[in-house]
Amino acid sequence: MIRRLWLLFIRHIDNFLLAALLATLSFGLVILYSASGQSFDRVISQGVSMLVALAVMWALANLPPQHLMRIAWPSYVIGLLLLLGVALFGEVSHGARRWLHIGVSRIQPSELMKIAVPLMLAWYFEKRERSMRLSDFAVAAILLLLPVMLIAKQPDLGTALLIAASGFYVLFLAGIGWKVIVGLAISAAAFAPVAWSLMHDYQQQRVMTLLDPTQDPLGTGYHTIQSTIALGSGGIFGKGWLNGTQAHLDFLPERHTDFIFAVLGEEFGLFGILILLTLYLLIIARGIYITSHATTMFTRLIAGSITLTFATYAFVNMGMVSGILPVVGVPLPLISFGGTSLVTMLLGFGILMGVATHRRLVKQ
Amino acid sequence: MTRRPELRNHQRDLYYFRLRLTVAGSIALFLFFILVARFAYLQIFQHNHYQTLAEQNRISIVPIVPNRGLILDRNGVPLAHNYTAFTLEITPSKIKKLEQTINELATLVEITAKDRKRFKKLLEESRNFESLPIRTRLNDVEIARFAANRYRFSGVDIKARLFRHYPQGEITSHAVGYIGRINDNDLDRLDEDDNLANYRGTNYIGRAGLEQSYEKELHGTTGFEEVETDAGGRAVRTLSRTPPTSGNNLTLHLDLKLQQVAEQAFGNFRGALVAIEPKTGGVLAYLSKPGFDTNLFVDGIDTQNWELLKNSPDKPLLNRPMHGEYPPGSTIKPFMALAGLEFNKRSPSFGINDPGFYTLPGSSHHYRDWKAGGHGFVDMHKSIVISCDTYYYGLAVELGVDNIFNFLSKFGFGKKTGIDIEGERSGLLPSQAWKMKRFKQKWFAGDTVSVGIGQGYNLATPLQLAVATATLANQGTKMQPQFVRQIQNAKSEVITPFAPQIASTLAIKSLNLELVRNAMIDVTQPGGTAGRAAAGAPYSIAGKTGTAQVVAIKQGEKYVESRIAERNRDHALFVAYAPAEDPKIALAILVENGGHGGTTAAPIARAMFDYYLLGKLPAPKDGTVTVDDNEHD
Repeated sequence: MIRRLWLLFIRHIDNFLLAALLATLSFGLVILYSASGQSFDRVISQGVSMLVALAVMWALANLPPQHLMRIAWPSYVIGLLLLLGVALFGEVSHGARRWLHIGVSRIQPSELMKIAVPLMLAWYFEKRERSMRLSDFAVAAILLLLPVMLIAKQPDLGTALLIAASGFYVLFLAGIGWKVIVGLAISAAAFAPVAWSLMHDYQQQRVMTLLDPTQDPLGTGYHTIQSTIALGSGGIFGKGWLNGTQAHLDFLPERHTDFIFAVLGEEFGLFGILILLTLYLLIIARGIYITSHATTMFTRLIAGSITLTFATYAFVNMGMVSGILPVVGVPLPLISFGGTSLVTMLLGFGILMGVATHRRLVKQ
Repeated sequence: MTRRPELRNHQRDLYYFRLRLTVAGSIALFLFFILVARFAYLQIFQHNHYQTLAEQNRISIVPIVPNRGLILDRNGVPLAHNYTAFTLEITPSKIKKLEQTINELATLVEITAKDRKRFKKLLEESRNFESLPIRTRLNDVEIARFAANRYRFSGVDIKARLFRHYPQGEITSHAVGYIGRINDNDLDRLDEDDNLANYRGTNYIGRAGLEQSYEKELHGTTGFEEVETDAGGRAVRTLSRTPPTSGNNLTLHLDLKLQQVAEQAFGNFRGALVAIEPKTGGVLAYLSKPGFDTNLFVDGIDTQNWELLKNSPDKPLLNRPMHGEYPPGSTIKPFMALAGLEFNKRSPSFGINDPGFYTLPGSSHHYRDWKAGGHGFVDMHKSIVISCDTYYYGLAVELGVDNIFNFLSKFGFGKKTGIDIEGERSGLLPSQAWKMKRFKQKWFAGDTVSVGIGQGYNLATPLQLAVATATLANQGTKMQPQFVRQIQNAKSEVITPFAPQIASTLAIKSLNLELVRNAMIDVTQPGGTAGRAAAGAPYSIAGKTGTAQVVAIKQGEKYVESRIAERNRDHALFVAYAPAEDPKIALAILVENGGHGGTTAAPIARAMFDYYLLGKLPAPKDGTVTVDDNEHD
């Protein structure tokens, strides 16, 4: 009886993916304990977030993809309206308008859009599957650009670019023409100077700082300089857990959130980094495997987008911490402290599991 | 069958989808490899570089300032010492609105206009990232009040600092000197001496007096602490510590009590006094009156006090004993007499008939004696006892200026004594060569006449007079004058005495020295120019009075003290040593505008001798001074 219930409970869980995720999350807690200055509170709080996120993942895994399709466009529309609400009545925090008060709590609609945008696009292409034309890509592009522009306006360039990327992956996998891609790349290059002039001062500053962090060592370059010092001084095997001087003497800013990767690199060295990279690659590989075996257009596109977006998050965060990308506020997926991104991330993996397991059931 | 093309289409779509997925996956993999390459670069190839940077981040070297050595008098009484006090300090580079911050601070602790002025001055002179005191010597209440409000003032701190204090401030001002805050010039000089590292953390450096000349001994060696600090600069723990070595303590020859006796004996007069132990050259007393409170200079003097000191007509900042150059007047006569004997120009029995003036052969110009009508028959002994001018006019002319120059320079006139304080002046001992060089003029016989009585071009510092008198007292052996008697190593407590050094031994017949000494003894006997001041002394004093003109008196006019403005009156001089048979102390006294040496200067010497030789403190003064005829020089 209990066994039957258990089997029912884990019916839609992808064991491989779950194992890789749990390994990564556990590793994350170990790093977080050190990065938070040995704060049990932080670790427990993050653990609770993980349980919540895992529950969300389980729920999404059990949701058949066709049900997911049904909530695609409503969630997109709601997200878009909320973004408009933010633009009009949003609360300003740290110089950016990102939060919206509804009743007792405040929400960050851009977080919802991370899932809603690929869902919407995947749903759109599923609908147009039988007669796809270039015009469909144009419509999809508009559907993508609307929220991206609103988020970029907040301003939250990092999230805007990442949502743009997740949408672009849907377009790419749906078969947008190579010529269009090349054309987009060329026009993006041409648009760059215009974009530069439209950027906020702090955004320009970040790009300039990336080119030469020493230019402003106490200001915007400080993050990058200190994180590269942390990584470099870690060496091959690191300084040992809880022994990172950069981390524990407060030289590393944002060390338990966006720059937690530097703590890993300092204390566990290249060796520790390679372990995390391996875990990430296992997750990505499993995601690609699930994607390639997905049976419908919608599941393929959404699974592919989730997997590639995850890879993008990891790459952008590690690139920024190691000083090869500008500092954008992107957390290290599954590791950085913070419940919201964790829930969003595992929600995506829940969808991925749903895609994998419901296909299996269909086959049976 | 109708679905077949569509099925094939489906297969083809799946193929293309998987192709694209492969492309995307490959790109992701490629980007991850770029990351790995970056990590390998940072963590393997650049590891040492970043390791160093992390260590530099983490470890800071904090200098530990050594305690400055003490300056003690010969009995161990401190003349300069240190005490700990709390100061309120501002780091200007960390504060945007300085004026506003100071105003806000003023609501918590008292900040006077003087404090503000001094701070402003420090700000102009300071190094950029230095923290500067706005208030020193905070009391407990003020400390507590600021501590409660500290969060409002970043860049403002309370610091425990060692302060230099001069308990005898004014009396010992010119001997001990003072320290001041290090400025850019000091830094350059320290850099040249390769001494900059040892001054990390040190804010003060000797500026004047012994504080300046013994800087190397007094400063000590700076210690260092390797401290692990966090990003906010707060020390987390100490990694290693090299303790500082305190500066060495100086013990002087100077006797503070004797110095105080001198200071009191001067009363309201300005002037200078140098007392030397003839056998060692040790400076027993060194007074410049008026002095000034050296404590004012330690943390940067405020403008108001500075202006006051600088513009005072009493010139308190002038280090009179070594910086003041005065005509030696009649105090030169014993040396002139010796020259006459040594050059065989005079015998003890040779005498002149003094008509009260001297004329050069072939000239009608009268060089007047101080006593109208003259002293009658004057031999060498009497010439010193009653200070006959006419005798020395003639002697000087017979000797010739260059012989005088050669002889007097052996006693140290006209050149620096080399005492262990900087800033000494060399006085002026004229010669033919000097006049030619200085004025491009030939030397005239008339120039020589006034040289004989220590006037004319002659200038000497009180220190030179004291050294010359001590040399006379020490039978012609000239000792190097020095303040410091011994140096005590602060760490090992080993005492290194400064051995007395013979500067030169003058080849003077002891018979001649005795002749001069006997005459100088009679100067202080009844009938001598200092007879009154020495009356009743249970020891014998050899001395010589002198008067130095401040303004020239026209031919045929008489000097009447009461008719001359106070500051144009003559300077009174007195050189002496005692006991005459076995001199323990030799001194030179100059009383500015004091009139007659016997009247104002000699009593000071008497007070000094009474204390130094008998341990007797002077009785309170009655204020009346009577002049008798014999003291009229």
